[in-house]
Amino acid sequence: MRIISDETIEYVGILAKLELSDEEKEHAKKDMGSMLDYIDKLNELDTTGIEPMSHVFKVQNVFREDVVTNGDESEKTLKNAPGEKDNMFMVPKTFD
Amino acid sequence: MDILSYTAVGLAAAIKEGKTTAVEAMQAVLQKIEETEKTINAYVTIDKEAALQKAAEVQKRIEAGELTGPLAGVPVAIKDNMCTEGVLTTCSSKILENFIPTFSAEAVLNLEKAGAVMIGKTNMDEFAMGSTTETSAFGVTRNPWNTEHVPGGSSGGSAAAVAASECFFALGSDTGGSIRQPASFCGVVGLKPTYGTVSRYGLIAYGSSLDQIGPLTKDVTDCATVMEIIASHDKKDSTSVERKDTDFTSALVEDVKGMKIGIPRDYFGEGLDTEVKEAVLAAARALEEKGAIVEEFDLSLVEYAIPTYYTIAAAEASSNLERFDGIKYGYRTPEYEGLHNMYKKTRSEGFGAEVKRRIMLGSFVLSSGYYDAYYLKALRVKAMIRKAFDEAFAKYDIILGPVAPTTAPKLGESLSDPLKMYLGDIYTISVNLAGLPGISVPCGKDSKGLPIGLQMIADSFEEKKLIRAAYTFERGRA
Repeated sequence: MRIISDETIEYVGILAKLELSDEEKEHAKKDMGSMLDYIDKLNELDTTGIEPMSHVFKVQNVFREDVVTNGDESEKTLKNAPGEKDNMFMVPKTFD
Repeated sequence: MDILSYTAVGLAAAIKEGKTTAVEAMQAVLQKIEETEKTINAYVTIDKEAALQKAAEVQKRIEAGELTGPLAGVPVAIKDNMCTEGVLTTCSSKILENFIPTFSAEAVLNLEKAGAVMIGKTNMDEFAMGSTTETSAFGVTRNPWNTEHVPGGSSGGSAAAVAASECFFALGSDTGGSIRQPASFCGVVGLKPTYGTVSRYGLIAYGSSLDQIGPLTKDVTDCATVMEIIASHDKKDSTSVERKDTDFTSALVEDVKGMKIGIPRDYFGEGLDTEVKEAVLAAARALEEKGAIVEEFDLSLVEYAIPTYYTIAAAEASSNLERFDGIKYGYRTPEYEGLHNMYKKTRSEGFGAEVKRRIMLGSFVLSSGYYDAYYLKALRVKAMIRKAFDEAFAKYDIILGPVAPTTAPKLGESLSDPLKMYLGDIYTISVNLAGLPGISVPCGKDSKGLPIGLQMIADSFEEKKLIRAAYTFERGRA
């Protein structure tokens, strides 16, 4: 089975914004290794010349005028926020 | 007649005729929930007062002749990944344990406009990631046919609620089989529509290119009726397709004469339970006796669907779930040092193991250096899979096979080996990759008394063929 290094798991943790315990890291290494081994099965197929299909139908970007239709919902919206101050989301201090 | 034994359409008709009322129906369902919910745990949230009040309002509007549709007054259960204004919407995740949406999903609004009355929100695998409803942060849902077994997933709460008469019909969502597989395990009808048929507005995204909302119902008539109401072109969903052919109930016709049905040999190989195989082949014979032309063929690429799916779905999930950051809504960790530590701790504490597993895999396959080898490779294989279906549908109206390799597994048997659990999705997953419609219809029970589902797949926008074949099959069994 493929070995996932500590560095890879660290790096993926940074990308995914997840902080894993040592035990979780060991699990993640094993799980990701076996999943990637399995996904490698796709290499059995020759896909030369095949366009990647991101969407099954021919769709185009949908444009519309940028007009507000739903009114001010800030009060309702902010009710869901863990931190709120002066009608704004409150976030932890990001710089000193 | 016991009010709970009505189908959704049957109930609405009875209400219209004055034989019963929307309020009585809601009371009956709530009473049933009272009796069975402790064991089944199909719901995350139920607001009895609101449901009864809404039912009373709807009843008045029915009596005033304002609501005349085929679902007016019918109690419905909604999967907990669809936003419902003012009602807790958790995705069965701790990270959304306190989230009250300020708007409702378009599909839910369409039902409300038609006079259906929401009972509550159903349990699911966390963020729809799972095949058993065991990854929910709010406890497992049990299969009403045998409570030692899972109901399937991820729409397990919706399927169990329909099977246990804890609602008259439900909405689910299907990213890799999450409507069809629990429908199969719980002995109800489930349909995953063609991608773009039902608006995804207000559906909390998992794999956006694969997600579709669809009905879980007691029979095929209910299924077609619900589809007719929830299908709509929605400007708020850029992938919504404008369709003129959404009169799905017109396909409730008992006739499959001349219909060409293909049975993929590759769906009947190793790993398929013998009893499931026999029940599905018996269903094919039943349709043949009704005049369908049935033959075997090789679909090809079946074994590549799962690795393709898990690459694409995980990639999309890792991107979609970035929004859960402890700032705008949901859970925030109580103790942290600075912004980045808050993000990390919030997400690590808020997400369950399966969700973290897929976010990490997705982050990896999208990362610099691996994007081409994994993500783009999967998108190329997806194109090949779609082409294999195109070739099949040049010859056949419908592809027929099992929904899942087995009937519902026992609780606790699946989560220990994720890869093994993923393999259970082998027959359903390619339908999502190719954007096709698929239906699951009950076709028997195994020796343990657990339901077996028959899956039929049609070309994009050909739901009516599925409905006609499923209806014909259902009538033949009655």
